[in-house]
Amino acid sequence: MKITFPHMGNTFISAKALLDDIGVECIIPPYNNKKTLEIGTKHAPEMVCLPLKINLGNYIQAHELGADTILITGGRGPCRFGYYCEMSKEILADASYNMEVITLDGPNGNMKEFLERIKKLAGGFNVYKILKVIKNTTIVSKRVDEIEKLTYKIRPRELIKGSTDKVYKTMLNKVRKVNGSREILQLLSETKKQLMEIEIDKELIPLKVGIVGEIYTTIDPFANFHIDFILGNMGVEVDRAVTVSGWIIEHMLKNILPTKKDLRYRQAAEPYLGRMIGGHAQETLGNTVLYAKNGFDGVVQIYPLTCMPEIVAQSILPSIERDYDISILTLIIDEMTGEAGYMTRIEAFVDLLNKRRERFEVGKNVALFRS
Amino acid sequence: MKLGKMSLYLGVDVGSVSTNLVVINGESEVVDKLYLRTSGQPINALRTGMKMLSSKFGQNTVIRGVGTTGSGRQLASVIIGADIVKNEITTHAVAAQMLVPDVKTILEIGGQDSKIIILKNGVVYDFAMNTVCAAGTGSFLDRQAARLEIAIEDFGAYALKSNSPVRIAGRCAVFAESDMIHKQQTGHSTEDIINGLCEALVRNYINNLAKGKDLEDTIVFQGGVAANVGIVAAFERALGKKIIIPKYYDVMGAYGAALIAKEKIEKSSQGSNFYGFGAAENEYKARSIECNDCSNLCEVIEITSNNEVLARWGDRCGKWSSVVKKDKEIVG
Repeated sequence: MKITFPHMGNTFISAKALLDDIGVECIIPPYNNKKTLEIGTKHAPEMVCLPLKINLGNYIQAHELGADTILITGGRGPCRFGYYCEMSKEILADASYNMEVITLDGPNGNMKEFLERIKKLAGGFNVYKILKVIKNTTIVSKRVDEIEKLTYKIRPRELIKGSTDKVYKTMLNKVRKVNGSREILQLLSETKKQLMEIEIDKELIPLKVGIVGEIYTTIDPFANFHIDFILGNMGVEVDRAVTVSGWIIEHMLKNILPTKKDLRYRQAAEPYLGRMIGGHAQETLGNTVLYAKNGFDGVVQIYPLTCMPEIVAQSILPSIERDYDISILTLIIDEMTGEAGYMTRIEAFVDLLNKRRERFEVGKNVALFRS
Repeated sequence: MKLGKMSLYLGVDVGSVSTNLVVINGESEVVDKLYLRTSGQPINALRTGMKMLSSKFGQNTVIRGVGTTGSGRQLASVIIGADIVKNEITTHAVAAQMLVPDVKTILEIGGQDSKIIILKNGVVYDFAMNTVCAAGTGSFLDRQAARLEIAIEDFGAYALKSNSPVRIAGRCAVFAESDMIHKQQTGHSTEDIINGLCEALVRNYINNLAKGKDLEDTIVFQGGVAANVGIVAAFERALGKKIIIPKYYDVMGAYGAALIAKEKIEKSSQGSNFYGFGAAENEYKARSIECNDCSNLCEVIEITSNNEVLARWGDRCGKWSSVVKKDKEIVG
């Protein structure tokens, strides 16, 4: 059994840790690129959202490298992600790619089925081993997100432009070659040390922008044209509340474990959207409110064309924009998105934020006191 | 117009449909403006424009600063040597504020895109650009005018002659065209159909871009399409407000770029990067290569002149673009 999985930003590091530790051979598909999307677009229905197209490209590119089994997570609720598993199965079968699909879904009451799937994946049933693997994978995903967060802080402040990107990219190249969570964690801590050594401008108070929206397009750098790099290199500190580790912990583990979920975003979204409507609409709205309350200069919402939950969120965002006087830019992405127009919007948005901050400072407004 | 040894500033807007050049003086007044068709060849358009300016201003003027904008801003900056390279939203806002100081809403419809810019307390507060469809832009109007064999300059005037408007589906360029043909075959007059089209475009614009935004007075309408009186009338009807068309409505991007360049040069003690009017006369070649060194597969653009590489861009890692380091602001 040679297992592969779809790319979503740095998720592959956690997935690799998981599969390495279980002891099954895994094939990491080539990083998302134009060819991946081209292959996916060819096989996917035209109006389906972008992530499925990229995923299909991943599977087929991994198949060419010898993968025969796909590991994906599932989802419930009114978002198309819940159908990704079945859709992928059917589409791959139609295109005569002989691949098996294993979905690691929350058990949703059906514990037996869930355990069956784990058994299939792990090739046995050693509870101790499985728990240990899950624990290590979670730690890896947390560390990866910490590294990402660190680059968000350092990139706008670095004195020599490009030094953060260099360290970060070296890590991405090396991580494919190491084995198991232990070695991955070691690499991550080395990377963290290197990042901390980068010389920064400690006086600088950069603009702060929060990234919200649909999880795939906010996390995957290919899908969002490396927005965190772009903003960071323009001197903007970014933050993204929805992360891979957050997803694993909040949506997978806490569904099984009897622990309390982190629901701050839900409370913040309450006045605007009182219930879960699928996808990350509530997170988008709640996190926008939280960013506004925490003194961020702006918020960027990103989602793939035709994403229903985010369309709902987008139509509510102007109310938050008005109530909290925060600037929001919405970027919609699909395979037709032109990079030039996209960059123009980001550039103009940063100009706008700079000007607004100048105005605040000249007007002796509260903004002077924000950290 | 008297031309002494003046200190002037140049703004260049290389757009998809038109390439505009504006020359302003130290008092921010427009000394000269050119509106040229890009015709898919930005370098040629730029060359023609520079030649025209060169013969007019010759050796007697000093260009103290140059700004470029528009979708071809990077290309233009490499060829003529720009001091600032700015996106078109910022330049349009700066230009509108200069001409109409209390502007709150800017409607802009150009060849390939349309945008709305909202200002509050004198700064850009919010903006939106059309996302998926070109139905509401100049090139679509151009095409429809050509199909009806009406000069684009007269197109708007036809709309004003309409007495009973026809409802055209304006959501998508393709559907709008087939709907227009359908209405034409059922016997509606050309005037009514054109008026219906103007209203459809305005409806589309307001539904798409202005959604959830308060369009407050003073409203300015600029971009090439502002010349179309039919669209202007449709906007005034739809919004119930008076719309101002600024003096240089068709070259606002270039004007704004010149203003920003002027501001930058006046603030700093540096001289201009401008290569001179002759710069565009050189032979320029642009070619693109797909870099296969990693899985990003970046499309790298390379600009060469006399076998000398002037600039490269389009790569994510900086491997190609860093080879030619130029001491200037390329992005932002």
